[in-house]
Amino acid sequence: MNPETDFGLNVARWEQFPHGADLGVRGFGSTPAEAFAQAALAMCAAIVDPAAVCRDQAIEIEREASSLDLLLLDWLNALVYEMAARCMIFGAFEVAIADGKLIARAFGERISRERHAPAVEVKGATFTELAVREDEPGLWRAQCVIDV
Amino acid sequence: MDSSRFEKLSDNAWRVQPFGAMRVPAIIYASEALLEEMDDKVFEQVTNVAMLPGIVRASYAMPDAHWGYGFPIGGVAAFDPAAGGVVSAGGVGFDVSCGVRTHLTSLGREEIVAVQEELADALYRDVPVGVGSEGKIALDDQAMNAMLNGGAKWAIEEGFGRPDDLDRIEERGCVAGADAAAVSDRAKERQRREMGTLGSGNHYLEVQEIKRIFDPETAAAFGLEQGKCVVTIHCGSRGLGHQIGTEYLREMAVTATDFGIALPDRELACAPINSELGGRYLGAMRAAINCALANREIIGHLARQVFARFLRHGELPLMFDVSHNTCKLETHEVDGIARQLFVHRKGATRAVGPGAPGLPAALARHGQPVLIGGSMGAGSYVLAGATESEARAFSSACHGAGRRMSRHAATRAWGGRQIVDELRARGIIVKSPSLRGVAEEAPGAYKDVESVVDCAEAAGLAKKVAYLAPLICIKG
Repeated sequence: MNPETDFGLNVARWEQFPHGADLGVRGFGSTPAEAFAQAALAMCAAIVDPAAVCRDQAIEIEREASSLDLLLLDWLNALVYEMAARCMIFGAFEVAIADGKLIARAFGERISRERHAPAVEVKGATFTELAVREDEPGLWRAQCVIDV
Repeated sequence: MDSSRFEKLSDNAWRVQPFGAMRVPAIIYASEALLEEMDDKVFEQVTNVAMLPGIVRASYAMPDAHWGYGFPIGGVAAFDPAAGGVVSAGGVGFDVSCGVRTHLTSLGREEIVAVQEELADALYRDVPVGVGSEGKIALDDQAMNAMLNGGAKWAIEEGFGRPDDLDRIEERGCVAGADAAAVSDRAKERQRREMGTLGSGNHYLEVQEIKRIFDPETAAAFGLEQGKCVVTIHCGSRGLGHQIGTEYLREMAVTATDFGIALPDRELACAPINSELGGRYLGAMRAAINCALANREIIGHLARQVFARFLRHGELPLMFDVSHNTCKLETHEVDGIARQLFVHRKGATRAVGPGAPGLPAALARHGQPVLIGGSMGAGSYVLAGATESEARAFSSACHGAGRRMSRHAATRAWGGRQIVDELRARGIIVKSPSLRGVAEEAPGAYKDVESVVDCAEAAGLAKKVAYLAPLICIKG
């Protein structure tokens, strides 16, 4: 758990939940975009503690999908691709979502086996437990299981 | 799971008769103890698979079955294209053709132990392992397509491996019907610098001692001699396979209704085999199988180089290379009629018995080697495909012990340093870039592989040949 609350005004936080052989990731936020950013942190935290990641480089990502849950799947899988193709790890995100379109920036650095000691490799985000819901007004939850 | 939900067929076989939308029964091969240890999702998933169009005879689960994506891990299901059968990206998974190969050595335990630390260091240094590791070769577009079409054959032509290895790899190291054009640029880009890398998670390279022989005649045919050591490699199709799984799962999930398929679970994403999407997926999946076969051939070559340099012993003949996580076109007799079926084995191993076509001459009398990985501490087993396995589950067997504890729970129960130290005290050297990764893979996080293997034998899926105990474990 990594709460990032500001005297209770900011609900943004992330958590991981158990799933058999793999891992569930869950982000909370006051908007879907905020929850998506937190879910991404939860996913990256499976690899390396986000606090240990320098934010030297920024990668732009854009995705469009017919529903928020597909958009979450696409967002997380876009990050998986960028991490793999660029040998990077991310520690922070800026996300905006409007009309089914996501525009985001992911901040991170090239991964170092010595400095980061990455624990697992994320193969992909899955449909398992995939959900983007407004649990109560102003509290969005974005989650799925990732295959590691 | 509650065993009373099942009809008991024998001490190691349980059936769920079709209910609801199930087209065939579900059959789980497990002892009562293993069945009750399985999570409830296995029941849900094995019965969901039984609802898919064109499924033949039954939806099967192996003794190591656990919660997967759509299919249970340890799931086996065959589909007939002539009956509207489907191919499912969920039934193959993200790590297409993840598998295991074992190389023989003529080195005894004492010879390995004498250089254990240095050998472990050399293997850890020379075999790219862990997140962010890069292979020794980078593929341009032409080489990429050649690899996807050629598999282990391509690797050998490029100087990684030996021609006689092909005899000991399923499909002789190269699956027909691969279509590099069905593999996206993103998948190829993910793989460009990953050839010959081990990956992470539960992937490993181990040096093991042949500790026990159960079937001396078959062991001798396989080249296994008690007290000698082997090198075992567990990994798959790396980023290419993962990207193919990601892309096709999504495409199949959103288009299923176009084919009139009502998916009980989106992860069971599938398409008719005789559809453009089904055909395109098969082409991509076969390319990914070739990628995995090439990948393991290269890593085998790297291991041979270390042994040659270190111990002046680089022969390391390949005993066999098996794959889990595949969908293969096979001929099976069903009710006396030979049918061409697409057999999904998700976390399950092909286990053809004695006399099966395609086995190399030296193994023909004994059946295909089946390599079952346990955990870092528990060791592994070599089995042989059994004749009865054809009737049981289209010649299939389990693939490993399966986890009994989540990664989270494992890191709460153990520290990585604690595990490394405990295993070292038992004579096992573990090398890994991540202590958290080691904790997640702690031996206690896995089920008892011995009970899984005993059950596989009792159920008629495969026969025990030998037990291998780890000496060195390189983990991603």
